[in-house]
This record gives sequence, C-alpha cells and structure tokens, in this order.
Amino acid sequence: MAEPRPVLEMTGIVKEFAGTRALSGVDFRLFPGEVHALLGENGAGKSTLVKVLTGVHPLDGGTVAMDGQTVHITSPLQAQQAGISTVYQEVNLCQNLSVAENILIGHEPVRHGRILWKELRRRAAELVTRLGLDIDVSATVGSYPLAVQQLVAIIRAVGDAGTGPGTRVLILDEPTSSLDRGEVEQLFALMRRLKAQGVAIVFISHFLDQIYEICDRMTVLRNGVLVGEHPVAGLGRVDLVKLMIGKDLDELEELGEHHTRHAAGDLLLHAEGLGRTGGIAPFDLDVHAGEVVGLAGLLGSGRTELARLLFGADRSDTGRVDLDGRRVTLRAPNDAIGRGVAFLSENRRTEGLVPDLTVRENILLALQAARGWTRPVPASQRDELVAKYIAALDIRPADPEVRAGALSGGNQQKVLLARWLLTQPKLLVLDEPTRGIDVGAKAEIQKLVVSLSEEGMAVVYISAELEEVLRLSHTVAVLRDRRLAARIVNGPDVTPGRILEIIASGEHR
Amino acid sequence: MTTISRVHWKTRRTRMSQDRRLPVLVTAGLFVLMFGFGAFRYQAYGFLDGQVFMNLFIDNGYLLVAAVGATFVIITGGIDLSVGSLIGFTTMLTAWLVEKQGLPLAAVAPIALAVGAFAGYLMGYVIHHFEIEPFIVTLAGLFFFRGLCLVISKESISISDPTVDRLAQTHVPLPGGSFLSIAAVVSLAVLAVAFYVLHHTRFGRRVYAIGGNEQSALLMGLPVAGTKIAVYTVSGFCSALSGLLFTLYIQSGDPLHAVGLELDAIAAVVVGGTLLTGGSGYVIGTLFGVLILGLIKTLIQFEGTLSSWWTKIATGVLLFAFILIQRAMTARRGT
Repeated sequence: MAEPRPVLEMTGIVKEFAGTRALSGVDFRLFPGEVHALLGENGAGKSTLVKVLTGVHPLDGGTVAMDGQTVHITSPLQAQQAGISTVYQEVNLCQNLSVAENILIGHEPVRHGRILWKELRRRAAELVTRLGLDIDVSATVGSYPLAVQQLVAIIRAVGDAGTGPGTRVLILDEPTSSLDRGEVEQLFALMRRLKAQGVAIVFISHFLDQIYEICDRMTVLRNGVLVGEHPVAGLGRVDLVKLMIGKDLDELEELGEHHTRHAAGDLLLHAEGLGRTGGIAPFDLDVHAGEVVGLAGLLGSGRTELARLLFGADRSDTGRVDLDGRRVTLRAPNDAIGRGVAFLSENRRTEGLVPDLTVRENILLALQAARGWTRPVPASQRDELVAKYIAALDIRPADPEVRAGALSGGNQQKVLLARWLLTQPKLLVLDEPTRGIDVGAKAEIQKLVVSLSEEGMAVVYISAELEEVLRLSHTVAVLRDRRLAARIVNGPDVTPGRILEIIASGEHR
Repeated sequence: MTTISRVHWKTRRTRMSQDRRLPVLVTAGLFVLMFGFGAFRYQAYGFLDGQVFMNLFIDNGYLLVAAVGATFVIITGGIDLSVGSLIGFTTMLTAWLVEKQGLPLAAVAPIALAVGAFAGYLMGYVIHHFEIEPFIVTLAGLFFFRGLCLVISKESISISDPTVDRLAQTHVPLPGGSFLSIAAVVSLAVLAVAFYVLHHTRFGRRVYAIGGNEQSALLMGLPVAGTKIAVYTVSGFCSALSGLLFTLYIQSGDPLHAVGLELDAIAAVVVGGTLLTGGSGYVIGTLFGVLILGLIKTLIQFEGTLSSWWTKIATGVLLFAFILIQRAMTARRGT
C-alpha cells in the first residue's frame, strides 16, 4: 500500500545552543488530515523543534520539506506564508478588540483605505460559523472566557484570511492546559473539523488522556533524540510513558497504597463558614497535621479561590479560621506566612518565580522575608541550605547560580517548593503543582508530598487530575460551582467515577 | 466527520460598567453638568450666550489639536512629553521665519509642520528601534526643543505680518450670531480626521491593537515598528499644527510659550477616558476632556473673585477622580 505523501517532512534536524545539542538528528513527518502528538518530557526538544519549524530559531543542520519541496523558513511570518500556523499556550490576541477584528486584523477588507466594517463582521462571522462556533463577533475578545479566546486564536490562524495558500499545518502548543473538560471538547471538535478539511495538526500536550482521544500518530522525543514514531492505537500508555522517560514508573505506582494510611495528627487548621462574595460560598474545612486534603473540581469551581482564602491572598467576608487552635485574621499573605502557611500559586511564572534572579536567590526569598530584612541569613548557611534543597529535590541543573527563568517548568516548580520548604511551614497549600510539567518531575513532586505528610506536614493539594488527587489525599474535598460540595474520606471505594458524579451532579451519595 | 455541539457562548459580563464607551459618557455627562451649573449660576451674566460655548473652542483649539496627537500615542500605551516644547519651538520658528526672514506664512506653515512631524518620527524611531521608554526619549525631546527656542532668540518675537493678522482676526460666522476662529475650525477638522483614521483605517486599528497587546500584534504579523513610529510622527505633526494655531492665537513667538502644555494635553486625554495603559479610548473623549478643562477656566472667570490658579486645583481634583474611576473599571475587567 502506497503511503500518502507527507505535507511536511523534517529530516536530520540538528539544533545547538551554546555548544549543547538541543536536537540531534530528529526526523519528523506530518501527513495531511492527521492529528500528530509531539511528546516528550520538558527539555526533550519539543518546543525547540517547533521553533525551528516556525523560523524562530535558525537550523544548524537537516532539511525541511513541504510537499516534497525543500523550504527555508527563517521567520514566523515566512512560516505563516508557507502555510504553517502556530497557536501558543498564552493566547496571543488583543483583548481590547472585537472577535471579528482579532480574526481579520491586518487583512481587513478596505475600499479606498476605509475599512468595510459590515463586510469585516460578515466575513468573521462566516469563519466562526464554518468552524462550528456560535459567538457574537462584535463583542470584545476579552469578554469571552479563555477557552473561546483560544478557539478565536485558532480561527485566526487557520482562517485563510490572508492571500497565502491557507493553513496546511497547524501547531497547537499546550492548548488545553488552562481549559476545563467541556472547553477541551469544543477545541477537539474544532480540531476534528480542521482535520476533515485536510489540515495537519501538531498537538503538544501533557495530558495523555487527550492524546489518546484526539491523536492519530505520535512522535516521541527524549533528550533531543527521536525515540519513536508510532500510531497512537499501537502503543499503550504505559509503554508510551516508558518511552518518554526512559524508565519504568514503579515509583509512582508504589504511591497507590498511600491513601490507605491513616492520618492521625492534631487539628491544624479549622475554617468555619469561610467565604468571599464572588469567590467561594462559605465552607467548613478541617486540616490535620500530616494530612493531605485534596481539592477536586473543574477549572473555575472555586479551588484556587478557596486556597487563596486560606493563605490570606484574598480577604474573606465571612467566617473564621483557627490555626493551631487559635483564632487568626488573615488580612494578607504575610499573616499566613508568619503562622506557618505556605502557598504555591498555580501561576508559577507570574505569582511565584522571579525569573531574573538566580536559583539560589529564588530559593532563599521566602526564608529571608520571614526573617525580616534586618537579619540576613549568614552566607555559609545560605549556601548550605540551597545546596541541600537542590540535592533533595533534584533540581536540574544543580547550579545555584543559574537564572531561574532558564529552568524547565518542572524544575521551576521544584525551586518554588524549595523556597517554601525552607521556611518549614506547617501547612503547605499547593495549587496545581504538577500542571504543565513532565511525567518524571510530576512523580517526584508527588513523592515529595507523600514524604512531607509522613513527616507531619499538612498539605492542601489542588489538581485538575482526579487520579492524582485520589492517589495522594487522605481526604478529598469536592468543589462545584464555587461551593464545597462534599468532603469524602479517601479509601479503596473512592473512585474517580464517584468524584466525577459529585462534580457533575453536586449530589453526594 | 464529527459534528460539533453548537454551544452558544455568552460574553462573561455584559454589564454597563464593562462598556468601553462608559468613560466617555461619564466625561460628556460631567461636561453637561458643569455647563448646566454655569448656566444656572451665571445666567444673569450671559453665560448662556452661544458665544461663551464657542469661545471654548476658540480658546482651546490649539490644546485640542495637541491632545488629539497625544491620544494616538496614549492609545498605543506610550506617552509624549515633548508636546509643549514642540509647540513653543513652532511658535518661535514661525515668528522668526515670518518676521526676521520675511517668508510668507504659506511657505512657513508647511516647513513648521514638516519639522514637527520629523521630530516625532525621530523620537518614534529611537523609542522603537532602541527599545527605550517613550517617557525618557520624549523627555529628551522636551529639553531639546525648549533649548532650540532659545537658540533662535532669547526674546519674544511679536508678529505683525498682515496674513497672520487677517487669519487670526477672521470670524467664521455660525447660525445664531456666534462665530468661530479659523484655528477652532482647523482643530475640529483635525478631530474629525483623527476619528476617521482611528476607527476606519487599518492604521487606526493597528494603533488600538498595539495598545491592547504589543506582543500579540507582532505575532499577528502586524507592522508594529512602522505603526509605533507613525504614531509619534502624528503626535509631532499635531504639536507643530498646535504650535501654528497657538501662534495665530497669541500672534507672537516666545521661548516660554506653552511650557508644560503636554501635561494639559495628557490631562485632557485621561479625563476624556483614554486609559494610560493603552488600548482603550476615543478622540471624542479627548474633545470633552479639553472642553472640561476650558470650562473650568471659563467658570472661574465668570466667578470673578477666584484667582486663576484655581483652574489648576480643579484640574488636579478632576484628574484624580478620573484616574480612580479608570482604575476601578480596569480592575473589574482584569479579573
């Protein structure tokens, strides 16, 4: 059987950064009308490959061919003209302009230099409808949820708005990381439509479920080397993960036993009727020392809002909090930090890491803040502490003088964890600590949570992945529509299905 | 082929407070309120005479032109501090060329406009290509052009050219017996052109796009460099035009003309509801901003007993209030 001709063929791609090989001889083939997963841990070379393809980075070796013709792409604009469009994780739209303008800006229909607004809206509406979305194109993009914005970005990317040949290759870089289940469905529906129109889609995601749901084939990279190109149907999940990390996941599976262990610490945090208008309805929550409380719920169900109240990042309007049996008023994060509460925000780039400081400085930040500016941590102690935590959390590269922004997502997260662990908190609030980081780092962070709780630290753990919550938690709190819908003691009979039922129906039992 | 469930997405909030036009409406409402106050209080002194209203345009036409230029810059998220100095420089250049060199105004005006536009172009070029904050680049422009005024002459140059005189004195009659000056008519024409450009041309929409998110605009393949430089060129051109109108209004060139006028222009733009962070605003709002600043002066003149620095106090208070309103609006939009 003759194979169809690939729309895109990259052969022997080499890319070096300052002497280190980011890609060594990678081949990548893409056929029309397929969804192709590009997989690998952080730092495996996925983004580098995409950036080489889209002309952000110049090639150091190898060839790129489209429809059998060798092409030289040296800028993102050129890539677009060649029919390669990219939609990044951060939605690149202008929030202040209408949906219609965002789709067509730069290609507005004009007569004698005057924009034909009616025609512009009509054309945008047509593109939007053709891709199965029903939105008002004259509303500003900023007034729609993130998911819709993402779809608008895709519509712009594939909209054939320009005079070019139209999009042949669409690259979606982590498009689903901030979408909830329903929104992901919308995105997938759009992807299927594009696929039916013959567009080849490169899909980069950390969610294995999604890859198995939407993708036809996959290319797996590890340390800049191609380790396999497989049809999705021909490779099981376990084998895939093995390919990605190059080792077995036994460590992770050991954790399965965890939730049967009993948490018998003292009551550490007691929240009663705590709530904030527009954030989360009043709730009661107890957290014991050595207990992991998992917060499950959809994106926007109030998980983050709840966590922020516990940390004093938002002020509550109602209710009260007791910490260690004493009534406390949490007006600002400082009040919580002083009482041994640490909070790892879900937005590690904007609300956690200081990318321009070194790893060492980032790690020491919270400890120094807790001590106050008048009592600097002695230099010898500083180096010792930093070295200890870099080793304990296996932060890579293990160089305290590296700029934190240069680290991969998983290592950035570890730096932030180290920062808080240094202050020896009693309660650690983790908001999506494993989102957007690779499987190996994920397992390490999960293991760390388990060992911290065994040492007596209380942990509030937020994650969109139910399996993860169930694996780690002693108690699961389920949130739904900005309300604490149920609290369940974890056990063998608590399954993702049951949690989903609560999330879906709001009924417990 | 798969089908898609047709979900109708509603915009998150459609409350009135989300409408970007609201600040303009607030400003317009405030103007009407203040005018009504004046009409009520100074009824006996002829406040309701049509000419009182027209004088707002006559006395502030030059400010309107400068503020329109500033609106372009501020919508992109930038700032132009060189406005006042460029106006002062234009008055000096014009007066010097007309009076000392004997050139006709018809030749001098295009020169002055070209100089202003070129100055703006240069500043825009530096801002974009060397990635320097507009604040500091235009601050350099502020000092530079004020200094150049003194190079031309240390003394004020009064203009006795008959063309200038005639243009300055011409009354454009309006129905109802009131009139506008040539400068006022020019300023309104500039306003109309600016509105058209911002809302009906690709260039105008790029100005908004850059203010909304410069990085996105770049990734969307828009010519960000050209647009940003053009915006400062527009501002330089408007400053020079404003300088010409100011020359007509004052009929002299003076190294100390229009000191700090850039701040009045910025105040008018902000009171008119344009966000200093960029991406949102209307030139119509700027018109109301200018009118309000002018009306404050008028009200204080009518009051008679108040000294003129009360204008500054009132402007300060208003500016404060409007910045707070903007903050409240953006904070809500941001969540």
